[in-house]
Amino acid sequence: MLRTNLTHILSEQEHAKLLQENENVMVCCGRMGPMCIPVYEVMEELENEYPHVKFADMEFDIPDARVIRDLPECRNFAGLPFVVYYKNGKVVKATSSIQSRDQITSILDQYFSQEVKETATK
Amino acid sequence: MNHYDAIIIGAGAAGLTAGIYLSRAKVKTLILNEGAVGGQMVLTHEIANYPGIESISGYELARNMKLQAQKFGAVIKSNIKITSFDLKSNPKRFVVNGKDEYTSDVVIITTGGRSRTLGVPGENEFKGKGISYCATCDGDFFQDKEIIVVGGGNSALEEAVSLTKYASKVTIVHQFDHFQAFEHYVNEAKNNPKIDFIMESKIIEFIGDEKLRKVKIQNQRNGEVFEKDIDGVFIFIGYVPNTEMFEGILELNQYKEIVVDKNMATNIEGVYAAGDSIAKRYRQVTTAVGEGTVAALSAAEYLNKFEKAEQVAEVSVA
Ligand SMILES: Cc1cc2nc3c(=O)[nH]c(=O)nc-3n(C[C@H](O)[C@H](O)[C@H](O)COP(=O)(O)OP(=O)(O)OC[C@H]3O[C@@H](n4cnc5c(N)ncnc54)[C@H](O)[C@@H]3O)c2cc1C
Repeated sequence: MLRTNLTHILSEQEHAKLLQENENVMVCCGRMGPMCIPVYEVMEELENEYPHVKFADMEFDIPDARVIRDLPECRNFAGLPFVVYYKNGKVVKATSSIQSRDQITSILDQYFSQEVKETATK
Repeated sequence: MNHYDAIIIGAGAAGLTAGIYLSRAKVKTLILNEGAVGGQMVLTHEIANYPGIESISGYELARNMKLQAQKFGAVIKSNIKITSFDLKSNPKRFVVNGKDEYTSDVVIITTGGRSRTLGVPGENEFKGKGISYCATCDGDFFQDKEIIVVGGGNSALEEAVSLTKYASKVTIVHQFDHFQAFEHYVNEAKNNPKIDFIMESKIIEFIGDEKLRKVKIQNQRNGEVFEKDIDGVFIFIGYVPNTEMFEGILELNQYKEIVVDKNMATNIEGVYAAGDSIAKRYRQVTTAVGEGTVAALSAAEYLNKFEKAEQVAEVSVA
């Protein structure tokens, strides 16, 4: 299991449940390696800042991680980690390889902005 | 109040060590770090030359150092950006993320280094889609595929050999006609039947669609340019010190490394530097830790003198 403080997704079922129960989800699928650790760290920090987003990780090498690995959005990826952003269960963005805090927050702000949500519900 | 006795810029091996020493000596210490805590240690799968620890992952060592520094009271703020600063003022001043201001009486700079990139068209676009900077992370995406390794130093040759575990063929592209690596790495690469060499050449462009498909290579001797179909490119062309922000402020050498004396003091009073960002020969965790120690002890001594001088100044004004 990954040694992070994030919610771990351990199976396809857990993955499905998480998407069902949360509107905005960011999943980092990787290993305990150099390109992945900085992404987990940023996610751990952002958990407080983005309470409307569910942050989770999934180990790249478990068979059930096929739910991420086999996504069409990840077809051309050849760099860990694979990070997938879901809105209402649908993939809205996927990235490959290390990402900085700025890159991650700009995706979160673009797709999971609370303002967008607030205006939509008004 | 956001005033600290000491501010350390960078939380790699050098910065965390300085943080451990200073906070243990009850110096109120803040560590400001741009990326993930641990710096290049986090990029290292296995550290097998840290005395007293036979083998440890870089992540684990970094985590231990971080916890140790925090246990003694050091405050660590990671994933921040220093947007402006003044090292010459008294106290020294830093603005983080354009809003939060922190001041201190002494500063230790341990900003380390980062992988050099080629900086040619397509490099950013295909990062993670064919271009990689980490063989252990991404090697297995290239099972039975053809790849290029760029570079001619120890890590390029070592990683090229390790990548033959996966790739059907590895071509080393190097800008010079000779390698800058230990002989045993060169021999190992030359004796590996899966490795080819394109010498005196540089990649000048990455080309693809949704993923990398080919590269444009230029021969450095005759200027000829040709294209090569390829599945992946691994880039290992050395490191650059993270010192851009100090240009024109601190004394840097021709490689943009910070010049320090034997106490790790820079040319500005009360500003010390340690680790991979300073001018030195050997870049290792052990050397960074050693210099972080020296910088911290020098900084503590400076603080003592500084505080006495401040007290004298206060008394004489009164
Ligand atoms: C792949 C790899 C394998 C290695 N293997 C080994 C090994 O086996 N054994 C060994 O002894 N050494 C090894 N090294 C070398 C060793 O990791 C480094 O020499 C050492 O970690 C340097 O530590 P440092 O604290 O000086 O800098 P760094 O580790 O580079 O840390 C600097 C920190 O400062 C931060 N920073 C940079 N700019 C700013 C800024 N403007 N503001 C705030 N923060 C900033 C960075 O984000 C980083 O966190 C390896 C290095 C690499 C890359």
